[in-house]
Amino acid sequence: MSNGEIWIAFYTILRREVRRFMRIWPQTLLPPAITMSLYFAIFGNLIGSRIGEMEGFSYMQFIVPGLIMMSVITNSYSNVASSFFSAKFQQSIQELLVSPTPSWVVLMGYVLGGVARGLLVGLAVTILSLFFTHMQLHNIFLTILIVLLTSVMFALGGFVNALFARNFDDVSIVPTFILTPLTYLGGVFYSISLLPDIWQNISLLNPVLYMVNAFRYGILGVSDIDVTWALFIICAFIVVLYSIGLTLLNRGRGIRN
Amino acid sequence: MAYAIEIKDLKKRYGNGFEALKGIDLTVEQGDFFALLGPNGAGKSTTIGILCSLVNKSSGSVSIFGVDIDKDFAGAKRYLGVVPQEFNFNVFETVFNVVVTQAGFYGIPKELAKERAEKYLKQLDLWDKKDTQSRMLSGGMKRRLMIARALIHEPKVLILDEPTAGVDIELRRSMWEFIKGLNEQGTTIILTTHYLEEAEQLCRNIAIINSGQIVENTSVKALLKTLNSETFVLDLDQAIEDVALPGYKVESIGDGSSIEIEIVKGQNLNDVFAYLEQQQVKVLSMRNKSNRLEELFVKLIEGNNAHV
Repeated sequence: MSNGEIWIAFYTILRREVRRFMRIWPQTLLPPAITMSLYFAIFGNLIGSRIGEMEGFSYMQFIVPGLIMMSVITNSYSNVASSFFSAKFQQSIQELLVSPTPSWVVLMGYVLGGVARGLLVGLAVTILSLFFTHMQLHNIFLTILIVLLTSVMFALGGFVNALFARNFDDVSIVPTFILTPLTYLGGVFYSISLLPDIWQNISLLNPVLYMVNAFRYGILGVSDIDVTWALFIICAFIVVLYSIGLTLLNRGRGIRN
Repeated sequence: MAYAIEIKDLKKRYGNGFEALKGIDLTVEQGDFFALLGPNGAGKSTTIGILCSLVNKSSGSVSIFGVDIDKDFAGAKRYLGVVPQEFNFNVFETVFNVVVTQAGFYGIPKELAKERAEKYLKQLDLWDKKDTQSRMLSGGMKRRLMIARALIHEPKVLILDEPTAGVDIELRRSMWEFIKGLNEQGTTIILTTHYLEEAEQLCRNIAIINSGQIVENTSVKALLKTLNSETFVLDLDQAIEDVALPGYKVESIGDGSSIEIEIVKGQNLNDVFAYLEQQQVKVLSMRNKSNRLEELFVKLIEGNNAHV
């Protein structure tokens, strides 16, 4: 395919993905907005007012970056996982397989679709947070870079999950039993400096901790970890997940006999 | 001139050890109307799946218009349009979007895609349904939608995997006309079907596959010439107890007002009519007991199974 044709194919996949999650917005965009509003109201306002300051900020201000990141991670992942698995399940993935669209374009189209939903939900949650607290922006470039890379990383994770999934249960196992615990224990609601040494060290094995803290650094200027190290970890995950996703797609894992 | 499809020693063994294709060789000429027939599980869908990249082959080579799929699969896919056996479009998309989206996967600019979508949806009587969600269509409309989608990049070869399964007679005949028209305009057609009447009426050449092997590959005319016998059913104006025609195998049906008679090579129906005339029995109507190709098909498959 020529570069122009590749661009059309990529744009077609991306547009279809965006059209899909916009069409079912009560399932894709509304629930995270409601959930995060409840977090802001309960943890931020009601409980947070009794907790006091954390790292020099009100508890509400402290948890906002983590909650934004949590919604970006969850939505980027689940969009690709559910969309690609549905295409497998309905066999409509065959529309792409019979076409000359290269595998890497298929992968990028789905991943960018997940990124689009992750960022849109992230933006909605950010706007909602402004009803509860005021926000500052310590480093806008770093904030955007971290949220973008994290979204790409989890969208790639969702794609690999969908390739392996054989039924709808397989699509929900990873988010429920791996992603959610990692996110909750990834410093969204607390600074790991509050933990005993051993739990601080164990927390450092959680990749979500680096993303949440790097994003919080971009907004508030405070972090439990080195932001450069966080960037390195995210990029490494992206390279590994992209390679796995592309190799499996080329081999036809779960989509070709 | 390159063949539209050229398959050499194609083998496929699935992960569970089942050998679906045992080394088939097949060529389809450009512009041909070709039938690929076989019983369920014979290897037809596997062959088609390999051609259009839905099944990975174990070994062998496949070329589409001279382009080897191992060397340039993307290039080979451009020549190919596929109408699969099962509905495989996104059921939540509108009819128009299903077709235009498929064009995008082939890198066709949106304006051209819209023009073609209108053209093919109109030709297939689906234009008034263009804004309908595809899941709301009837079975026949869904089949026509898959044909429109397969044609959107104007392929040189169109593969139709049982396109008329479950379609009513009127619609089936209109689909035949449409497909015949495509073939007359130069598109090579490869058809798999269980309706052997369909293959006999439409196709010039034929391959019969059984247990992963090609058991016959010839023209439909040549194949029909090998038919040694045909069975006719004659409806009579009165019941007849016994037909004393030496050399002819005759059976009466029901109350005897219909008879079934097998005519082998060298025999003719004139003897039968003359005999009935003599008995003052009139023939009201006459028909083949089964489709001629069907008789051959059954004999070939039975013969092949006896050797397996």
